Amino acid sequence: MVTPEMKICRPKVTVKDLSVSYGRLESLRHVSFEVNEFEILGVIGPAASGKTSLLRTFNRLNDENPAFQKTGKILLDGVDIYEKMDLPTLRKKIGMIFALPAPLPLSIFDNIAYGPRLHNVWKTSELEAIVEKSLRAAFLWEEVKDRLKTPAMKLSGGQQQRLCIARSLAVEPEVILFDEPCSGLDPIATAHVEEAMQELKAKYTIILVTNNTKQAARVSDRTAFFLMGELVEIDRTQKIFTVPQDKRTEDYISGRFG
Amino acid sequence: MIRINPRITEKLAFAFLFFSTLLILVPVFLILVLIFKDGLPALSWEFLASYPRLGMRAGGIFPALLGTVYLAAGTLVFSLPIGILGAIYLSEYAKDHGFKRVVEVAIINLAGVPSVVYGLFGLGLFVIFLKFGASLLAGSLTLGIMSLPVIITSTREALGTVPKSFREVSLALGATKWQTIRRAVLPNALPGILTGTILALSRAAGETAPILFTVAAFYLPKLPQSIFDQAMALPYHLYVISTQVPNVKLSIQYGTALVLILLVLAMNIVAIVIRARFRKRKLW
Repeated sequence: MVTPEMKICRPKVTVKDLSVSYGRLESLRHVSFEVNEFEILGVIGPAASGKTSLLRTFNRLNDENPAFQKTGKILLDGVDIYEKMDLPTLRKKIGMIFALPAPLPLSIFDNIAYGPRLHNVWKTSELEAIVEKSLRAAFLWEEVKDRLKTPAMKLSGGQQQRLCIARSLAVEPEVILFDEPCSGLDPIATAHVEEAMQELKAKYTIILVTNNTKQAARVSDRTAFFLMGELVEIDRTQKIFTVPQDKRTEDYISGRFG
Repeated sequence: MIRINPRITEKLAFAFLFFSTLLILVPVFLILVLIFKDGLPALSWEFLASYPRLGMRAGGIFPALLGTVYLAAGTLVFSLPIGILGAIYLSEYAKDHGFKRVVEVAIINLAGVPSVVYGLFGLGLFVIFLKFGASLLAGSLTLGIMSLPVIITSTREALGTVPKSFREVSLALGATKWQTIRRAVLPNALPGILTGTILALSRAAGETAPILFTVAAFYLPKLPQSIFDQAMALPYHLYVISTQVPNVKLSIQYGTALVLILLVLAMNIVAIVIRARFRKRKLW
């Protein structure tokens, strides 16, 4: 068993003095922290604390919003993702799972193959291999292997979310962002998705934004607590949930507000 | 103030609303009944497939029918690509600046221009200035411009109904904007685009004023041989045999009107079927 302390901590993502605003609305204020390679970083905080904004800044989906402005830097393996990387390359390296399962109106197979095809993989044998590998890694293969041609929209919510995980794995990302991935799922489906995450951290760096503090406690190695756009505290999950340094963290995780 | 029992006002309101709705149906019903009654006897394979004879007082409507089909096809060729590409630019690429607003206002105005003005514009630009002469080319271009606002508007609406999540999923997988539009957005907007296009075409097929000066011929003894030839067209032919040629049999006039209306109805039904099919299939 590898505990977080025993791992060699190499920073995968470095956030330096990041501030984000949309027009007059400030979303993140002077945030700095690091995400280590092969860890699950849980990000918790009440609504409007800037969690989702943070994720969308990591893969630059915020660029689609004309009002978006930021100062500060985000480095991936030491490379500035806003200055030194083009969008497709960045988004291939940093995958994202959305709050609501979002399969495209295509078959299961074509959903998984969507990403590889974007990046010019066209040979059927190659695609078949990628689809199987990705579905296995997302713990969905056994349930769907006999009906890859059926529409992905026909799957249950939990299966759809694992399909979305498989779909982002298919482009071989290095970091995966989870944006409240279980908010629409029942406890059993949630358990499946969490199980998948635990396995994935062996090969990927995971940032998990969640409204469910218990989920962060169950899944993540380290946890960051955000409040009104500020990073209040970041530490090993065990420490955050047993001996938080900040009174506000304690109040939040013990359910006094949120 | 007089107080009326709410139960009575409810009944009154229902009666008025229902009556108004009924009034919408009456003209449609009457038009169809009248045209079918006098036109149906004239309808035959021969009527559709033969040339007009005896100074258009006998025979069929084949050249006019074919001309209208040519014009609809020409309209499609000119308006569909420009309409769709322009709509994609406006909806997906253009930033919300002055230029976009100017174009949007222009489109609204284009939609409001009376069709006879399109006809004069086509005469001035295509027939005279560009020296196309009265021809299928000039007529198709004129009808194409007239159809643009409808195609652009319905395409933008269709693009707008594609969920934002489809775009974000695609972008998040490393797709460029164009890849996203091409693979995640357009396939799902296509039925809406097709529906709008067919409706625009069916309107173009029935128009008289825009083709009056740009392509339509009073009578031609042979079919158009190229896009630079004049052509007969159903709406203008109907106008000619109803008002310009004396002593045309009523059955021929109504038969021509019936063919025109069936053509337009058929196109609309295709549009409705496409829409219904898509609704059944779509799961979001």
